[in-house]
Amino acid sequence: MSLLVFLVTQALPSDPAQAILGREATPESLAALRAEFGLDKSLPVQYTTWFKGVVSGDLGNSFATQMPISEYIAPRISASFFLLLLAAVGSIPLSIIVGAYAALKRDKKFDTSSSLISLVLAAMPEFVVGTILTIIFATTIVQWLPAVTYLEPGSPPWSDLMGLTLPVLTLMISVTPYVARVMRAAMVEVLESDYIEMARLKGISEESVLWRHALPNAIGPTLQVIALNLAYLAGGVIIVERLFNFPGIGSALADAVRSRDMPVVQFLAMVIAAVYITTNLLADIGTVLVTPRLRTRLK
Amino acid sequence: MSIINASQPGDIALAHQASLFRRGLKLRRTKIGIAISVTLMTIAILGPFVAPFGSTEYVDMPNTLHVAGTVFGTDYFGQDVLSRFLFGGRSILILAVFATGLGIFFGGTLGLIAAYQRGRIDEAIMRSLDVILSFPQVLLSLVVISMFGPSRVLIICTVALSTMPRIARIIRGAAVPVVERDFIAAAEALGETRRRVVFAELLPNVTSSLLVEMNLRLTYSVGLIASLAFLGFTPDPNAANWGLMVQENRVALTEQPWGVILPVLALALMTIGTGLIGDGLSRVSAGIDRGAHSE
Repeated sequence: MSLLVFLVTQALPSDPAQAILGREATPESLAALRAEFGLDKSLPVQYTTWFKGVVSGDLGNSFATQMPISEYIAPRISASFFLLLLAAVGSIPLSIIVGAYAALKRDKKFDTSSSLISLVLAAMPEFVVGTILTIIFATTIVQWLPAVTYLEPGSPPWSDLMGLTLPVLTLMISVTPYVARVMRAAMVEVLESDYIEMARLKGISEESVLWRHALPNAIGPTLQVIALNLAYLAGGVIIVERLFNFPGIGSALADAVRSRDMPVVQFLAMVIAAVYITTNLLADIGTVLVTPRLRTRLK
Repeated sequence: MSIINASQPGDIALAHQASLFRRGLKLRRTKIGIAISVTLMTIAILGPFVAPFGSTEYVDMPNTLHVAGTVFGTDYFGQDVLSRFLFGGRSILILAVFATGLGIFFGGTLGLIAAYQRGRIDEAIMRSLDVILSFPQVLLSLVVISMFGPSRVLIICTVALSTMPRIARIIRGAAVPVVERDFIAAAEALGETRRRVVFAELLPNVTSSLLVEMNLRLTYSVGLIASLAFLGFTPDPNAANWGLMVQENRVALTEQPWGVILPVLALALMTIGTGLIGDGLSRVSAGIDRGAHSE
């Protein structure tokens, strides 16, 4: 994967030196800049240097800000991570509860209305959701919440909790509907299964049927989707951070793309893709741990 | 003889597809969805012809609400908000249609081939598509744009590239059970070429999944392209564009909300409309969010 990021950003016939110096650059200054960034070496050499740098933590300097990347990015990573964490902690239980309850009350009022709401919200782009929230809560209708997050440089992300409300809410809204739908479908299937009927016929209390037999089996398949959506959040932060001026990796990436700051783009692409892959991996492990059938096979 | 045999499954599938549409149309949500989508697409396509001002024409002082001759006032640059809005949907829609078409073509083909060949080729195709899947869509587009700048062709290609693996997965999933059916073996026994088996026998039997998927991907492509525009990556930074409009006018949201409200409402309604259509279609075709035993 690191090779792919590198190839996409570096090996394609575009010249960062040219991009930085502009059209009027003389051949001599271009050559000098290329030598400075090591762009005159062969691709495999460039890749090894870069990969060594990533592994050892020495990421080189950002082209645009001339700051060491680690110094520039580190506080932003923790800020974004905090944002993602809040969104995940909020949306996972919410979507499981809504989905499971809708399955229990299948085709009743709660089910139809929650499915309609989730349908409406599911495909809406984050910036549309975020802007609507801003219009409602921060500017035009009521002014309860700040429209932007303001973090003093160097202060932790939890120092502006009010400012975090809208970004977190936006991320939650873009993830919850889909997960809730999948949870509902999984729960409906489990509730109709033979073993639930068996459990009911054995005279186990309805409460225990739901909590011990139905829910664990429905959460298993849903976990995969949760992971996919958390990973999707890693992409969503790019938009949401931009919208609320949140100083995280997403807005850093958008800036880096605009100024063609390749080392920063490469590194952030790696970080976001790594988050994506890690969450998927965790979900695979989680599925095995949660699903009773798979768990017993492990022993 | 081979012709008669070969055309049969296709005919059945076509009849099924027609009835899918008819049954889908009976649902109220599909009707509402179509009404919303058609209205917005009409605005996006015909808007430029009825706009009172040009898309980059200076009308009056920036961010003024009440300007003679305008309905919603002027935007951050003194342009007519309504005209910018009427101009702003077309490019997003066109890019999205091309990107979806391209994604469906390549993703569909790869998915069908993977389902038909199985084994090593299947593994190779699906694993390499998984590599693309490991990047969030926005990220993939941004990385490519960072190299070449946001040209039209590039936006279409990156969006198509990032939708392709998702389409391939769905189509492969829908095609695998079809491959195991007898008429495929019959077609092979008759000596049909592999290409013919894939495109004339297999393809007509997955059209309903393809249709639902196309609808879904079009919705997401509109969202993705508008999001890129919102981040400031559009082919033409001066042209009107719903995503860009939100970005441009959101600083003055308190004085002049229309420049943000109109495009945001349009995009929201568009995704709602196509979402309703897709939901209606998938309800009648597969009963997607029903339990396994309910139908």
